[in-house]
Amino acid sequence: MYPDELRESALRVAASRDRRLKEKHARLTPEEKDALLRGFHPDFREDTQRPVTVGPNSGDRMPHELVDLLEARSRIDPAALALDRADLEADVLIIGGGGAGAAAALTAQEAGARVLLVTKLRLGDANTMMAQGGIQAATSAVDSPATHYLDVMGGGGYTNDPALVRALVRDAPAVVAWLEELGCMFSKRPDGTLMAIHGGGTSRKRMHFARDYTGAEIMRTLRDELLNRDVPVVEFCPALELLLDDQGRCGGAVLQNFETGAFLVAHARTVILATGGFGRLHVSGFPTSNHYGATADGLVMAYRAGAELCFLDATQFHPTGVAYPEQMLGQLVTEKVRGVGAQLVNAEGQQFVFPLETRDAVSAAIIRECGLPGKGVATPTGQKGVWLDSPMIELIHGPGTVRRELPAMFRQYERFGIDMSVNPIVVYPTLHYQNGGIRVDASGSCPRIPGLYVAGEAVGGIHGRNRLMGNSLLDILVFGRRAGHEAATSRLPAAGRLTLEHVRRHNRGVGKAGRGHPPAPLLLPDYVGKQPGA
Amino acid sequence: MTQGAAGFIVVHILGKAYRVPAGLTILGAMEYAGYRLVRGVGCRGGFCGACGTIYRTRNDYRLKVGLACQTVAEHDMYLAQLPFYPASKARYALDELQPNLATLVRLHPELPRCLGCNTCTRACPQGLDVMEYMARAMRGDIAGVADLSFDCIMCGLCASRCPSEQTQYNVALLARRLYGRHLAPKAEQLARRVGEVAACEFDADLERMAALDAKALKGLYNARDIEA
Repeated sequence: MYPDELRESALRVAASRDRRLKEKHARLTPEEKDALLRGFHPDFREDTQRPVTVGPNSGDRMPHELVDLLEARSRIDPAALALDRADLEADVLIIGGGGAGAAAALTAQEAGARVLLVTKLRLGDANTMMAQGGIQAATSAVDSPATHYLDVMGGGGYTNDPALVRALVRDAPAVVAWLEELGCMFSKRPDGTLMAIHGGGTSRKRMHFARDYTGAEIMRTLRDELLNRDVPVVEFCPALELLLDDQGRCGGAVLQNFETGAFLVAHARTVILATGGFGRLHVSGFPTSNHYGATADGLVMAYRAGAELCFLDATQFHPTGVAYPEQMLGQLVTEKVRGVGAQLVNAEGQQFVFPLETRDAVSAAIIRECGLPGKGVATPTGQKGVWLDSPMIELIHGPGTVRRELPAMFRQYERFGIDMSVNPIVVYPTLHYQNGGIRVDASGSCPRIPGLYVAGEAVGGIHGRNRLMGNSLLDILVFGRRAGHEAATSRLPAAGRLTLEHVRRHNRGVGKAGRGHPPAPLLLPDYVGKQPGA
Repeated sequence: MTQGAAGFIVVHILGKAYRVPAGLTILGAMEYAGYRLVRGVGCRGGFCGACGTIYRTRNDYRLKVGLACQTVAEHDMYLAQLPFYPASKARYALDELQPNLATLVRLHPELPRCLGCNTCTRACPQGLDVMEYMARAMRGDIAGVADLSFDCIMCGLCASRCPSEQTQYNVALLARRLYGRHLAPKAEQLARRVGEVAACEFDADLERMAALDAKALKGLYNARDIEA
């Protein structure tokens, strides 16, 4: 089932399995971890980033692919649009139809607001849907929000915004209880206790899950509830720019019907950006685990409107993206595979890192291993990788465990003729998460732009320089709900006359500097005429 | 168009032939051929159900269905996407429902019309036994429907092929939510913890922790005990 070059190495992995079963790889000391990151993590490479030259973060280093968008012209000509008449009107306009947007919409409507949710693709088309692993919440007797706090800060390199982390860990149990109330089918023990496992960087077993479709289970539940409550939703309608009054207060957005090309002006008392991250920018040429729509649109719009960005020089590479087969390149192999016992093993059948170090460290360790002669696994396309020894799970927990506990993973591989309960799989880091984003306060409000709120992956600061597994499904709901509530109950005075003056200014600025990037937001990546993996 | 150079195949997208490299998924083949997809594409990883596709291969009378992002394109495949399916969706207040057969039938009056023909099961790209969970729905076995349908990605391919006009994936979603809300044992520990947080029992600890600088936090972090 594997081509020759892989089969030989896979046999070495199988041959060493019994020995490794008794072997526990040492955890990295803080000094070793630091040296590993500096030596091998893509964030520390000189050629992957440059300073942005326009806007509030001028001088800050960010990935080239993002800077290109921040320095690009707008997709619209401000002079060509009449902005005084609204095509759509609401109290709270929510841009983005993933988990954060859906949670914000439900919460804002509960608080009495007239809500309108607009989204670039379908409602539910988002990274939320793809999150398999789980959601962290300190619910067990040996755990506490303070313990969760320490894990988040340590994972983030002690750079996280303390107020945001406090909100994250404090709201976590209530968010999980809210989902349970909405009928989310969490995996439970017979007495109803939520099942929980470790994730990378956790000191307590606090990763709750719904089999291995946790994100999908959350998203389809929230989507169903939005429909039940008749929340107005406009799909296939991306936002192109925010609308501001002459005081810089946000009061709406310019949207575009993705199919007809028609522009739509939306007016609202408050606006929530829940547009997700930048995975589909393929930073540094990495494959990505992200949804097709993850093109950082919200960052671009908010930046032009004057928002401050943070931590965008810290990109999360998920250590275990698929390296083979080519059709699955970049797709995620959930961390749960390691959580339930699979080791990371080189081409010679040796462990080289403790499998549940934080994601940045495991990624750097894999990149390092692939650079050592004879240690990396070479796939037929030339894509390097290492083995993730999934059959170990069956040895530890009994036959049938992979299929039962990891049905999504098992199925993905089975479609391409690979039985991961029998054969180890080849993995390499994949661009997974935008650690940084738009700076907000603990209510989700954007301090520089009254009337604008941000939730979900578009927010920066919660996770510092590195997010832990299971804290993203958590943050989209915590801050989606906080932003939804704040946006609905805000007592801000009404916005004045709405304009695109900030876009005019931005266009003049980048025009003068003569930057030749295509207009932004990007909206979708361009794969036309290309061969994936080539 | 015939099969060209080695390593290439011909696929017929909406009836038009394109030569593409062998081994691509249907989605990859469409993009290679020049399509810039807005509908009929989503997560690109088999989780979101956006890319349901219907196809036939030469010399085979059978219509087949699959996800464009998970199905490898074959030579002489004739395909079209189902980017949207106008299914009915019952509106309900979950809290007020009883988890029983009467609820399923009231919200899905078409349910008893299921013919048991198994076309849905054959269509399911997730390999779910759709007909079996529909049979359980008709018996009011909500826990059974919830369990068997759990991996549903709501692509709608079952409904698109159903001769009795069921929306299997909406029946399944309703059953799962009824199960999760009304039948699954409650997480008592979670409820206790929510109460403790609301009573501010952890706030002092949290405030203390939040007041520490990076150096102090690092000391605590490196000395953490890890639950076995």
